[in-house]
Amino acid sequence: MTGTTTTVTAGPAPGQSPTRGARQALRDPVTLAALVFVTLLVVAAVLAPWLAPHDPQQQDLNDTLAGPGAEHWLGTDELGRDVLSRLLHGARTSLLAAVVAVAVALAVGLPAGVLAGYLGGWVDRILDRVSDVILSIPSIIVILTVLAVFGPNITAAMVTLGVLFSPDLVRLARSSTLAVRSALYIDAARVAGLPHARIIVRHVLPNVIGPVIIRSSMMCGLALLVEGGLSFLGLGVRPPTPSWGVMVADAGDVAYTQAWLLVPTGALITLTVVAFNLIGDSLHDAAAGVAIVARPGTRPAVKPAVRPADRGAPDPVGAEAGPALLAVRGLEISFPAGDGWQPVVDDVSFDVRPGEALGVVGESGCGKTVTALAVLGLVPPPGAVTGGSITFDGRELVGLSERDHERIRGSQIGFVSQESMVSLDPVFPVGELIAEPIRHHLGLSRRQAADRALELLELVGMTDPRATAARYPHQLSGGMAQRVAIAMALGAQPRLLIADEPTTALDVTTQAEVLDLFRKLQDELSMAVILVTHDLGVLADLCTRAVVMYAGEVVETGPVGELLSRPLMPYTDGLLRSDPHLATPSGRLPTISGTVPAPADWPAGCHFHARCPLATDRCRTEPIPLVEPAPGRASRCVRIEALAGERTP
Amino acid sequence: MRGATGNTSAGPGGGLRAVAGFVGRRLLLAVPLIWAVMTLSFVLLRMAPNDPAVSILGDRATPEQYDEVRRELGLDRPLLAQYGSFLADLARGDVGDSLLSSRSATEIIADRLPVTLSLALGATVASVVLGVAIGVFGAVRPSTAGRASQVGAVVGQAVPNFWLALVLIVVFSIWLGWLPPNGYTTFVDSPADWARGLVLPVAALGAAGVASIARMTRGAMVEVLDRDFVRTLRACGLPRRSIVYRHALRNAAIPVLTVVGLRFIGMLSSAVVIEQIFALPGVGTLAVTSASRADFPVMQALVLYLTVAVVVVNVLVDALYGWLNPRVRVP
Repeated sequence: MTGTTTTVTAGPAPGQSPTRGARQALRDPVTLAALVFVTLLVVAAVLAPWLAPHDPQQQDLNDTLAGPGAEHWLGTDELGRDVLSRLLHGARTSLLAAVVAVAVALAVGLPAGVLAGYLGGWVDRILDRVSDVILSIPSIIVILTVLAVFGPNITAAMVTLGVLFSPDLVRLARSSTLAVRSALYIDAARVAGLPHARIIVRHVLPNVIGPVIIRSSMMCGLALLVEGGLSFLGLGVRPPTPSWGVMVADAGDVAYTQAWLLVPTGALITLTVVAFNLIGDSLHDAAAGVAIVARPGTRPAVKPAVRPADRGAPDPVGAEAGPALLAVRGLEISFPAGDGWQPVVDDVSFDVRPGEALGVVGESGCGKTVTALAVLGLVPPPGAVTGGSITFDGRELVGLSERDHERIRGSQIGFVSQESMVSLDPVFPVGELIAEPIRHHLGLSRRQAADRALELLELVGMTDPRATAARYPHQLSGGMAQRVAIAMALGAQPRLLIADEPTTALDVTTQAEVLDLFRKLQDELSMAVILVTHDLGVLADLCTRAVVMYAGEVVETGPVGELLSRPLMPYTDGLLRSDPHLATPSGRLPTISGTVPAPADWPAGCHFHARCPLATDRCRTEPIPLVEPAPGRASRCVRIEALAGERTP
Repeated sequence: MRGATGNTSAGPGGGLRAVAGFVGRRLLLAVPLIWAVMTLSFVLLRMAPNDPAVSILGDRATPEQYDEVRRELGLDRPLLAQYGSFLADLARGDVGDSLLSSRSATEIIADRLPVTLSLALGATVASVVLGVAIGVFGAVRPSTAGRASQVGAVVGQAVPNFWLALVLIVVFSIWLGWLPPNGYTTFVDSPADWARGLVLPVAALGAAGVASIARMTRGAMVEVLDRDFVRTLRACGLPRRSIVYRHALRNAAIPVLTVVGLRFIGMLSSAVVIEQIFALPGVGTLAVTSASRADFPVMQALVLYLTVAVVVVNVLVDALYGWLNPRVRVP
């Protein structure tokens, strides 16, 4: 075992799989067009002596400055020379110049960068200093100095340009090499006693070459522009030899009488540079794993009209116990898939009464978060609410304009998300983050809002609110960041707070503190809370009622105490049995076998049947309705008796 | 940009002192860099086959006259001795006199600097304003207009500036007659003519900057608008205006700033061609004349001052970077 077999599972280097990236890029018609253009151009340049209709130097003083015509397709210049022929021959000079610059940059930069990354130590430090020096000199002045020494000479200029380009490649090759070197298999190869040269050639180079090629393509474009500029100034290619820069200069001399001459050359240079840049860009995107933009047409053009909630659907359990603050009825949320829309949440109904804490539980991928976001009008695009209704305080939220949603969010409904650290804007101090929504919704002055922010920080348990307000999010611990996020959500005193897994990303001690904070807030502010969680312990701790979701559906609802002591759905039962806090301390922790099916794989029958120990033929074939087996309870199950029997053996 | 206020983390005095210390340290670090660059240019220019004596006297003087000039310039001394006095002069801030006009190279450059700075700063300001506007537009409006702005940015980066300059002259000077095709009026003589004369050069120089800043801004904005904190801000009910311009743009400005710095340095280089076309008496035209006539002291002075300019711009960018991005701020 020499370790060579692991090459394909390359490390985290960007462009880890150049071939795959290239193949993906080729599927993009724009990239393909750019590649074809560059290929044709190179072929035309090589074959110019045979392809060109005229001798590029042949003058015809009787036919100067002619526009495009049958004899001269692109016209003639001030000496009657054929523009098309000169462009073709000029391509040889200009492309060759660009190739010289890039070749020098590669010859210098690639080995230096690989060595710097591979060897590290003083080699790396010296090369880094040298790169610094080269990058600090304005390139044109160096090239001019060289030209002052050697006289007008495009090769000298392009070699210099290549050297000036090389630090860029040194850095690139160095970082790619470092990424590979830190990968385990290089160590394995070292232990196996492979010589350095072979490790570099077989393991390092394949991973470095991808990003380097990408950058080279862009350098080609840049070098073409520099060649053009120098030849234009008369410091590069010397007339009468045609190069694109020389031709633009010639055209400039007669621009007063025949402006057309500027067009063909300018267009060709621009197109060529665009092509090189596009190739580099799309290879870069492909290597970085950026999906190439979907073609129009693979996406359904219009969102279907929102289906109103089914009038016949019974109000969910608990509706009779007073007016609900939030009422969700028959909610359907869909995402575009193929030619149509795929529901990811289907027929979800529940109520939240003022001051009540409702738990929404279920595994990941059951649609809990997207349901919570739908209440806020924040379903991530391209998803959308495609059916049902959400009423808040008697007002329909589905179909509300973005502007009207903005008025409700923050001031009526607050939101706390899971990853508090990344959910805070990193460039503002905490105090300003909390104060801004307050100022916006309550119209307070800057001063008043800042004071209010301090009160809120104190409310969420910060010992030194003033110091915290001056800090930036990256200076906070996870628990502090979550408290700040809660303070932000509470700013305009919402009547409903939606918390999406607010404690999942925190360590156990901090979790307990944040849960205590929620309990305290609910007591003090008498605010309704929807708590999205997969943790039944949290549910039992904080909530009075619970909604259990599975694969986009509500499968059980009821008061938390009853639901936990006597589940009426095998899924809830499974969750209970696999919960480490609630399980009986006997032997192994049971788990529900299998995983939540993706929306596209939802079965016709009960969504849970494939994982259900009690499933019957009816469960597999028929959609199961939500029933009310006991007052205040609901279950989407036809095997409730069997479940009850199993639980009391 | 909005939202730039409200840095409450450090007192103004402490912040300023920290920044001053940072700038001072960075400039000190530039000393060995400048030594290396100047040594490099010294070696390069001494390798030249051109004889400065010929540059001064032309090719019809007697051998005695050539020797006399070489002695005056110290070119008959050993190379190391020449290098020693070169460094000593450099340390005193003396980069020598022009071979052609016998004026001090520093003076000559100082005369021409305002032209090049007007040009490069004008083009930078224009490309930041337009580039950011177009980039934000492309990011928040992924419609046809947004996509058109993207295509424009790709093409804009590829158009050769010398060609664009000629096209602008043809259209706006020859055909429309709106703006002068060349020449420079100092600001003191006539601010209006100064501005009119700079419009076309600034446009030709700034176009690529607009394009690259627009692309960078769009990319950064798209990335930032997809981050979790944007959802939090929306969930707080903040209006789109504030989220896009106050929060997202401030975050996106961090990578864009790097491009702006690179662009400014690039513009100092591109100014060489643009000044030549519009016959502006700037540092760029000076560089071309000095290079083609082997005026080595002026070349060396140009290397020195442009390197210093690059260092200063980089320090400035880093200082701004720290101000925009609290995560790298000096505590």
